[in-house]
Amino acid sequence: MEFGLGGGHDALVDDVRRFLGEHLTPELLARVRRGGTYHDWDFHRALVAKGWMAPGWPVELGGQGRPPLEVLAIAEELQRAGAPMLGLGTTMLVASVLRHLGTAAQKEAVVRPALAGEILIALGFSEPESGSDVAAAQTRAVRDGDEWVVNGQKMFTTNAHEADYAFLLARTDPTLPKHRGLTTFLVPLRQEGVEIRPITTLSGERTNITFYADARVPDALRIGEVNGGWEVMTVGLTYERTSAAGGDSIRLLEAMEDWAVGGTPHGRSADHDERVHEAFGRAATENEVSVLLSRRSAWLDSIGELPGVEGSMAKLFSSEAITRQSAQFIDLLGPEGIRTEEDRGAPARGEVEWAYRFAQGTTIYGGTSEIQRTIIAQRGLGLPRG
Amino acid sequence: MDLNPSFEQRQLVEAFSTLYRGESTTERVRAAEATGFDPGLWEALAGAGGVEMALPLRAGGSGASLLDLALVAEVHGRHLGSAPLVEAQVSARLLERLGGAAPVVADVAAGRQILTVALAPPGSGTARGVPAAMVADAVLVLDDRCVALVGLADARTPVHNLAALPLADVRLDADPLATFGGEEARRSFATALDEWMALTASALVGLGRRALELAVDYATTRQAFGAPIGSFQAVAHRLADAATALDGATLLSREAAWASEGDPARASDLAAMAFAFAAEAAQVAGEWSLHVHGGYGFMLEYDVQLYFRRAKGWAAVYSDPGRVYAGLGARALARRA
Repeated sequence: MEFGLGGGHDALVDDVRRFLGEHLTPELLARVRRGGTYHDWDFHRALVAKGWMAPGWPVELGGQGRPPLEVLAIAEELQRAGAPMLGLGTTMLVASVLRHLGTAAQKEAVVRPALAGEILIALGFSEPESGSDVAAAQTRAVRDGDEWVVNGQKMFTTNAHEADYAFLLARTDPTLPKHRGLTTFLVPLRQEGVEIRPITTLSGERTNITFYADARVPDALRIGEVNGGWEVMTVGLTYERTSAAGGDSIRLLEAMEDWAVGGTPHGRSADHDERVHEAFGRAATENEVSVLLSRRSAWLDSIGELPGVEGSMAKLFSSEAITRQSAQFIDLLGPEGIRTEEDRGAPARGEVEWAYRFAQGTTIYGGTSEIQRTIIAQRGLGLPRG
Repeated sequence: MDLNPSFEQRQLVEAFSTLYRGESTTERVRAAEATGFDPGLWEALAGAGGVEMALPLRAGGSGASLLDLALVAEVHGRHLGSAPLVEAQVSARLLERLGGAAPVVADVAAGRQILTVALAPPGSGTARGVPAAMVADAVLVLDDRCVALVGLADARTPVHNLAALPLADVRLDADPLATFGGEEARRSFATALDEWMALTASALVGLGRRALELAVDYATTRQAFGAPIGSFQAVAHRLADAATALDGATLLSREAAWASEGDPARASDLAAMAFAFAAEAAQVAGEWSLHVHGGYGFMLEYDVQLYFRRAKGWAAVYSDPGRVYAGLGARALARRA
């Protein structure tokens, strides 16, 4: 048993930090935070140029052939620095699906430019009337010769305003049972039948609602079989197994530690406050656990096992940890804690106030905490289904 | 990173699992509750080299790593071992590091003498609530001046306690059997406390995992409102939280034990983290497992109460998680300032 990641890991981390020092400038971070779009084409292309768009993919497919723990090490550093990665994340998720289930033409037309940083792909799963219950999607796609005609609405189509395609789950046969009448498509977003309206969120992140009114998608951009969409979702998504966890909490704790040793003009110095010590020690411990839980998934991946329940545990634990921590840190800051980053006197640069808002989303998107607990209970513990 | 135990570690775990399955059934645990000590289990552990393995080769031991001991401690916790294995291992290693007399170290290694360690500094000439002090021959105590080895025969008063541990209050008025002064002795003692925390974390993980298994078994078979209660989210989700915390505690306690050799600069912090986090995870597993059993969980006849009481008591004998977290936070800030 070995917990060390080896000397190569340290060198890789140094390399990522040098890269971030050069490309993730304070101006860029401020622009992203103000604009709310957690994607930046310059930063995205700098990552592509470095080979970190798909570092785990084989070299012949445009990757670097790095093992899962190295891929995770890069992701951990990017997350910890607060790099805008949402566009890359959704694009690579779809690219992974296409790598395994796409046609040769789809790989050439979509995967190649995606890996080259030329196009972006958004996700179109949730709808106004369905979120966690993904298979309840009502958006319709009807065949018309070599094309499909799409009508409906998708919620939280993050980065649709920057993206070329939406990876859309649509109902193609309403007469079949819920999970069987679905098909997945790559719907071109820049067309007349598609309307993109912004949704602003609690943390300032911009996402979208997308409307499809007789939008057209060629049959060549259908992924998988007709009415085989659920298989694409379940099979495809298992290839996206390991996410970094704990990075946002680590950055938050660092901001709080800076505050505690430095204080602010109006804040109280807190480096001798036992409540502060306890909260920091607990947060550091929870952050260590988040990192270990996600590294376990990468390690399982590296020995050819499929992490499922393990990924749910990392997501559940880390998202709930930052939710608890950010609330407790506001309490520790006292009335000063609710000042936003626009206020020059905000303690910890306003990071805590922002994190409290940001954290709520992390327990919802990518599968709510309740979905994760159900996966852990049924697949992990073997408890009976309800 | 490789989270699989080595071939030797798997053999070690299997050997001790077999031993505990035979010598630490819940019937035996119940029978030992009056004293907190099962002499038959201790004899088997000593015979299997349970203490000896913890000593380095130079002292006649088999030089097990702290991680090897942690894997054994998980088994110990899982079977609620009524024997002071962790205390004996940690204090044997401490006495050896301190340069204790070779014949004493040899007796301790063979299990003929049991040593323990006082986890807190004494006050008013008494060390209170010393683990294993009712069954040990001598205790290692750190006071203002030195580390002292103190005989226990006429110096102890039993402490009745939640976890049926063989605790005692120990008077320190007699002359010590040996003393060890200097900064190095203090550092050795601090290392022993780190080792105790890391190994106790592992024992709590083993205990918590077994408590969770009891809950899952019960929730799978017990019917209410026409369905197994484990199919209700109100039940299942609590158990999922306990499972997640225990997986985290398992990784963290193993990492802490690994770090004593693999990452010494972080070993002390990780031991404290592992102790506090495992204490909370085991407590939650114990409480929720008991609760899932409904009224039966409140009955002495059901085994879950054995785990519930020890989950809290095995950790509380040293400290509450909050104080340990506070110590960690203070250390982190001191490094930053």
